Amino acid sequence: MQEQLSPAELEFNIPSILTQAMQVGSKTQPFSMESHEMAPRTRDAKVVHSVCPYCAVGCGLNVYVKDGRVIDIEGNPDSPINHGTLCPKGAATFQYTVNPNRLTHVLHRAPFSDHWEVKSLDWAMEQIAQRIKQTRDETFVEYLPDGREVNHTLGIASLGGATLDVEENYLMKKLFSGGLGIVSIENQARI
Amino acid sequence: MNSDAILIMGSNMAEAHPVAFANVVKAKERGAKVIHVDPHYSRTSALANVYVATRAGSDIVFLGAIIHHLLETRSYFHEYVVHFTNAATLIRGDFGDTEDLDGLFSGFDPKTETYSDQSTWDYERDSEGRPLTDPTLQHPRCVFQIMRHHFARYTPEMVEEVCGVSREQWFQVTQTLIENSGRERTSAICYAVGWTQQSKGVQIIRAAAIIQLLLGNIGRPGGGIMALRGHASIQGSTDVPTLYDLLSGYMPQPSAITPQQTLDEYISTFGQKTGWWSNFPAYIRSLLQAWYGEAANEEEGNCSYRWLPKIIGDHSHLATSYEMLDGKVRGYLLFGQNPAAGSTNSRMQRKALEQLDWMVVRDLYEVESAAFWYKQPGFGPDTEHVDSSKIKTEIFLLPAAASTEKEGCFTNTQRLLQWRDKAVDPPGDARSDLWFVYHLGRRLKELYSDSAEPKDRPLQALTWDYDRKEPEPDSRIHDEPDTLLVLKEINGYYVHQSIQADNEMGMHHVNAFRDAPHVPGFAALKSDGSTACGSWIYSGVYPEHGNNRAASRISDGYTFLQWGFSWPANRRILYNRASADPQGRPWSDRKKYVWWDEDQQKWTGVDVPDFPVNKPPNYTPPAGAVGMDAHSGGDPFIMKPDGKGWLFVPKGLKDGPLPAHYEAAESPVYNALYKQQSNPAAKYFRSRPDNRLAAVGDPDYPIVITTYRLTEHHVSGPMTRWMPWLNALQPSLFAELSPELAAERNIQHGEWVIISTPRGEIEARAMVTRRMRPLRISGKIVHQIGLPFHWGFQGKSTGSITNDLAHMVLEPNVSIEEAKAFTCNIRSWRM
Repeated sequence: MQEQLSPAELEFNIPSILTQAMQVGSKTQPFSMESHEMAPRTRDAKVVHSVCPYCAVGCGLNVYVKDGRVIDIEGNPDSPINHGTLCPKGAATFQYTVNPNRLTHVLHRAPFSDHWEVKSLDWAMEQIAQRIKQTRDETFVEYLPDGREVNHTLGIASLGGATLDVEENYLMKKLFSGGLGIVSIENQARI
Repeated sequence: MNSDAILIMGSNMAEAHPVAFANVVKAKERGAKVIHVDPHYSRTSALANVYVATRAGSDIVFLGAIIHHLLETRSYFHEYVVHFTNAATLIRGDFGDTEDLDGLFSGFDPKTETYSDQSTWDYERDSEGRPLTDPTLQHPRCVFQIMRHHFARYTPEMVEEVCGVSREQWFQVTQTLIENSGRERTSAICYAVGWTQQSKGVQIIRAAAIIQLLLGNIGRPGGGIMALRGHASIQGSTDVPTLYDLLSGYMPQPSAITPQQTLDEYISTFGQKTGWWSNFPAYIRSLLQAWYGEAANEEEGNCSYRWLPKIIGDHSHLATSYEMLDGKVRGYLLFGQNPAAGSTNSRMQRKALEQLDWMVVRDLYEVESAAFWYKQPGFGPDTEHVDSSKIKTEIFLLPAAASTEKEGCFTNTQRLLQWRDKAVDPPGDARSDLWFVYHLGRRLKELYSDSAEPKDRPLQALTWDYDRKEPEPDSRIHDEPDTLLVLKEINGYYVHQSIQADNEMGMHHVNAFRDAPHVPGFAALKSDGSTACGSWIYSGVYPEHGNNRAASRISDGYTFLQWGFSWPANRRILYNRASADPQGRPWSDRKKYVWWDEDQQKWTGVDVPDFPVNKPPNYTPPAGAVGMDAHSGGDPFIMKPDGKGWLFVPKGLKDGPLPAHYEAAESPVYNALYKQQSNPAAKYFRSRPDNRLAAVGDPDYPIVITTYRLTEHHVSGPMTRWMPWLNALQPSLFAELSPELAAERNIQHGEWVIISTPRGEIEARAMVTRRMRPLRISGKIVHQIGLPFHWGFQGKSTGSITNDLAHMVLEPNVSIEEAKAFTCNIRSWRM
């Protein structure tokens, strides 16, 4: 068993450990107060456990959060899958999430229009619900001409899910299939 | 990491799954032999002990010759094969093999181009329906002898002629697998979309499964077949599917094609009398209960079963694109997928999007599929012109949350569920997809609340209550749904306190969803409506309040059983009873994994046993036994009705019970094995003008082309081409071609080239490299080129869309396109 040090003891001990480590031969290396106080910028950050969003290997990520902002993302050294390592994509996850090109508002393109318009989220949600209802009502089939019951619509399709969470996929299938009768619910597993 | 040999084929693992490949390298450092068979020399090849250059599309000949060799030289693992596989089972006398029917199996209907009658593939059975067997493997109609006949012409000579691989190289691979399999040693096979994206992809994987069963490499540490899947939760979205033909946990979506109009008919179509699937009624009934609550009890579940939409054909993504092109699909919802650049024949995909009335795109960035109405790819004078004023599609582009901005599970390629905590709020109006679907559902329920129409009842009955009790602390989003409540529903819960408690109380007490006790696992699920479960295979992930096993992060032990949760029941290796011999003893000390403990009279080991834990190895089923009791103590493959590993598939595949070599839909050569040129059951869409195929040996398109990933980019690029760090590493599209081909076509390294197929033309930089090699196939030189497919016209690094070249010929079982082996031409292009 390794001796457990309290955070306060650690604070106290780190400089002395560093001092010992920096002794080369019999000579103590120059070691300024600034160096003593240096620490990685992630030291006071909250560590949030996450998983890499790219391929399906499932590398563990540590997301470092300070003042409500993600400041760094690194491989989780405890993970038996990646032992702290990451590939170039995984190591760039920070730039995937913290990126000035990200969409932050709803954009709407009206039929035959040549431009986007910024809209409110609430407006978009209501419009989408209306479109789904209208298309569903116009295309819903309860029985085929020969009497077989199908209770479906082929007029709406959904695509995507492999980049989403299990819980999100569950609700999509439940609402779209079990609630609305949409049949073509598909994702990247098919390509 | 426990493997003694690893065959990587149909995958560039070092490039596409680099961190998983680190384990291959570790195994190699411990002495394992690593083999890479691929048309393209890559980072994987560079670190392998053996690299074999082969022709794209010829895999079944290479693997079939290994099977032939194992059977004829008796190099298979005899005891494993006799006891654990269906090698000894007899097949019906009227079964006809490809050897007898020149490339077709019996039951093919040329009119519909399907195997409409598969009854001849079935086992020969006694009067009680039990399969007949010959454990001596001598009967001419036993699977073993049928395979000998079927693979008789899959010889090393055929490998040379069809794959362009020397027999010495092929033999080295074969010998390495044989030497590293058996009691003391195990070999693994890793594949990826290099196999699945072929018009016979499922049968290539089947060929690998046959090899692994013959060598005794299934259910054992260091063995198995690793599907290297390509997205963070592509496994999760298959298990808890957003797929048209599946309900959760691999129960089929009900169909109107065969009689499945009632719950009873559905269960009798898909449930099995013997084996684990005998629990099917409990799983479907619990799913209906989870979706429709108390309404699921009407007509003993049949009422809500009828609500489930029935399929009437192939409604897969790619087949649906043509429906869209024809104007039959009016509305489209896209969740982080980008068909305008990422799907095959993407020029057609973009045309299809123009026919929609409306579409919703949810993504982090403005991807190609959201921008097709004002921007198109192209180059020089061929740039596609877009006239927005002629495109009617109304588009809602909604910003989505990133993986760090929401909590939830990803399921990785090893069936491991790992929970992510939320780090920060998503920016602006960006929301999780959970938020979007939940609130969309609430609004739709509201819109339909007054309806009295029968078609709207399922939506009205749908249970839909995932509000958080209290808003998330430190979040400005006050209406984010409670992900753990969704996970609870997926895990399952007791609708009634318990049947026993009900009886004692003399009443039918129904638990409210939020207060209901969780079920501990799928063994607790019932077919009487007393349990609800959204996905039986995930049951056990959240067995009680406060115990989310997907969030468990204890990293120790040999099998890491407390790191995440692996379905089913936290098992790390499926069918692991096969790691012990028929008597229940480990095959060897070196490969000890799960075994029968005589003193405790139970199965034990370093993993959760994939077997009824108290069933002794010498158990023999009595006559007429059903369910799991029908399997003996030596039948490891519990999901199969006969408990055996299937060398021969008597039921369920759409293109034959055994793998047979067919050429790709586009090929430079005729099929050397059969008159049947390409997969007879594939879907060709021949009448579509945008899906023209090059003829066999077409002089206009003589070059084989394959496509692949680079480490630095992800699929069509929506998650990477907006990032300067990655664009700096891989700035543009290139085509890899051999110096020989470059000399023939007078192409200089680094210059622009045009690649053409009957579907279109694209431009790329020429990368002249020894990584691509010309091969001698059936006496003539065949050139191959390779292209990554990560580019498009959006993002910070743009380039031609490789998928514009690919066609739409779909594999019959899973409707996946053939992007890994088709034909093209290449020419230099100077402005």
